[in-house]
Amino acid sequence: MYKLLLCWRYLRTRYIALVCIVSVMLGVATMIVVNSVMAGFTHEMQARINGMLGDLIFESRSMDGVLDADAHMQKIKGIAGDSIIGMSPTVHVPGLMYIDINDQLLTRQITMVGIDEATYSSVSAFGDYLQHPKNREQLTFSLREGGYDTFDHQLPDQSEQQPRTQMEQAGWWYRKQKAMLKKQRQLITASPSTESEHKNPFGVPATDEGEGRDFDMATEQHVGIVMGIGVCGYRTADGSDHFVALPGDDVRVSFPAATLPPKAINEHYTITDFYESKMSEYDSSFVFVPLRALQKSRGMIDPTSGVGKFTSIQIKLAPGANAESVRDALQNAFPAQFYMVSTWRDKQGPLLAAVNMETAVLNVLLFMIIAVAGFGIFAIFLMIVVEKTRDIGILKSLGASGSGVMGIFLGYGLSLGIVGSGVGLLLGLSFVANINEIADLLGRITGQPVFDPSVYYFYKIPTIVAPFTVTWICVGAVLIAVLASVFPALRAANLHPVRALRYE
Amino acid sequence: MSSITDPRQARPALRLSEGTSALATQPLPARVQIATRQLFKSYQKGSFGIPVLQGIDLEIYEGEFLAIVGSSGCGKSTLLHLLGTLDRPDAGEVHFDGHRIDNLPSASRDILRNKHFGMIFQFYHLLPELTALENVLAPALIAESTLGYWFRRGEHRRRAAELLELVGVSHRMKHKPRELSGGEMQRAAIARALLNKPRVLLADEPTGNLDRSTGKQIMKILGELNQQEKLTIVMVTHDPWIAEQADRTVKLVEGRIQGA
Ligand SMILES: Nc1ncnc2c1ncn2[C@@H]1O[C@H](COP(=O)(O)OP(=O)(O)O)[C@@H](O)[C@H]1O
Ligand SMILES: [Mg+2]
Repeated sequence: MYKLLLCWRYLRTRYIALVCIVSVMLGVATMIVVNSVMAGFTHEMQARINGMLGDLIFESRSMDGVLDADAHMQKIKGIAGDSIIGMSPTVHVPGLMYIDINDQLLTRQITMVGIDEATYSSVSAFGDYLQHPKNREQLTFSLREGGYDTFDHQLPDQSEQQPRTQMEQAGWWYRKQKAMLKKQRQLITASPSTESEHKNPFGVPATDEGEGRDFDMATEQHVGIVMGIGVCGYRTADGSDHFVALPGDDVRVSFPAATLPPKAINEHYTITDFYESKMSEYDSSFVFVPLRALQKSRGMIDPTSGVGKFTSIQIKLAPGANAESVRDALQNAFPAQFYMVSTWRDKQGPLLAAVNMETAVLNVLLFMIIAVAGFGIFAIFLMIVVEKTRDIGILKSLGASGSGVMGIFLGYGLSLGIVGSGVGLLLGLSFVANINEIADLLGRITGQPVFDPSVYYFYKIPTIVAPFTVTWICVGAVLIAVLASVFPALRAANLHPVRALRYE
Repeated sequence: MSSITDPRQARPALRLSEGTSALATQPLPARVQIATRQLFKSYQKGSFGIPVLQGIDLEIYEGEFLAIVGSSGCGKSTLLHLLGTLDRPDAGEVHFDGHRIDNLPSASRDILRNKHFGMIFQFYHLLPELTALENVLAPALIAESTLGYWFRRGEHRRRAAELLELVGVSHRMKHKPRELSGGEMQRAAIARALLNKPRVLLADEPTGNLDRSTGKQIMKILGELNQQEKLTIVMVTHDPWIAEQADRTVKLVEGRIQGA
């Protein structure tokens, strides 16, 4: 009983113990915050990668693709049909995109993905990232009249976003305005040579079948293209988005044909929508076009049978299916020199591993903070034991046992640990809950945005509080506090009563 | 005052380790309560020892008020610590009620100090974090488990309050030691020593730090406890006037009891 009483009294009268509590508290709070943010980022990133890539990717090793997606899908179904709920063939090809901004060309390196409108949404979350609500329901590559989102639909709270005002115009109305302007300009210059120069500024002979002559921009569109929001948009530090082209604009893309001898294909496309996966790696390089059109442009369709070539098949697995075992089964069934099967994790392996590594290293470093707090407790406790030497002697002269005296200091350490990690827990959790407000505040004070939305494609810092991790952190902190008090407590227990009584 | 009854009836039998049971069958004469046999104690100072006690033979009778006098540094405190099992002698034996106690395991000695001996010191040795009342309660707090103390806390508090009343500091119960005068601290220390109804009170210069009149009051309390409660008191002092208050005085000279 005296242990509790003295423990409590020492806690209350020794303000230096507060220092221990504060250091444990700060360590615990920092660890919780960092782990929550890292978990939030990792989760967000993984969800995006998985969303875009599907669960499994079956690829031909050749960029020119292999014939007959249907036959391949049939065979895949025969091998692992039970665990597959969706498949969609795609064609991937690198290319160069030319965006015309007021007669100035913006050239960007992109990856074109030909997708099958009917099945693609069954393997990928791509459809959810589109900017037109109707396109999210059913993807088409035809330009919409208007009604594109001006707010990011993936975020629950519109009030804190910068509206994308440019998107209000996007659609046919915008295209008509553009067409009118172009016509006026043509009338003014009235020189056919300038026009052809403008139409074909990079000297590659146009292969499109004479659209230029009777193609009416105001009422017709080229093949639709869905652009990554980062391909023709950028975000400034205040969080507002700016676009150099909108749905309704035409772009030009050069890419290699899948034929011999090799040649470059040059095609017009009309932007019909943007997608925003929030993985800037994708959003700034991937553009989507209809599979059939791309196959046609690249000469991937067998003229006799009409069957097209594909470069990969994205596969969606049933929930709970083991991606690794399906991957291995498929890889065994198809010759490895021609085909490659990988899970989405394999695809982003180095990235995911790097993030995990980073989290682990951060945790080790932060745990050092708590260890430092432990040494603080150790030193302060030794001090208190020395200071309390005579009291320990008194207690022993009154019949207190060594273990009882030890209990005072162990209990002292335990309560420091519990109070420290308890307050740290509350502090950490409330920090995580208000992290964006805090980041804003810090940004305002320092004049330097802490979380720059132009760098990350999130408006907010994503966080996930994992109860397991939090428990582990708190238990670890309490354990360190107790361990740090073991040696001082043992010292107190082993003090000779007479020497302690004579201590001045 | 009535609550301080004859300690021998109130107390359960001492539990002793088995090694002493042979002695227990041939008890020393009943009136001798504490006896020492050729006690030796020296302190190690570097490589050579300073002999302090060199063969102490002493018999303390039940219910007597014994004063041990000697010059400062002659080893009085050392002897008292040995009697109270706070320290172990280099050689020799200490007997209590006919049982050897100097070689008991520390758990048994803790019980002896808690229940059978009360100790008071020159510098009072109250715990600074606790109030006077809590200080008096300390032996009960140590003896009881948390739950046991909780159940009997009313009883303990009542007894502690009575003892504080007895020694005359009931008006300072809620005060911390630093808010008390020397005399009040020593009175609280006496109350603390009496809480678990000990049979022997070991006092190490209890008036050594007090002025004469306060010392007199303390001596009066000790005398009354000895007279009315039949409490055995062993008091160490270097002050011959204080020693006069005792029934019997022995002198410690050069590590031995003079004339023994
Ligand atoms: N821990 C110790 N180490 C060395 N010498 C000690 C120690 N404790 C006491 N002494 C010495 O032992 C002698 C007796 O001390 P003590 O019993 O306190 O004397 P008294 O109480 O009679 O004044 C003194 O000379 C003192 O210096
Ligand atoms: Mg002394």
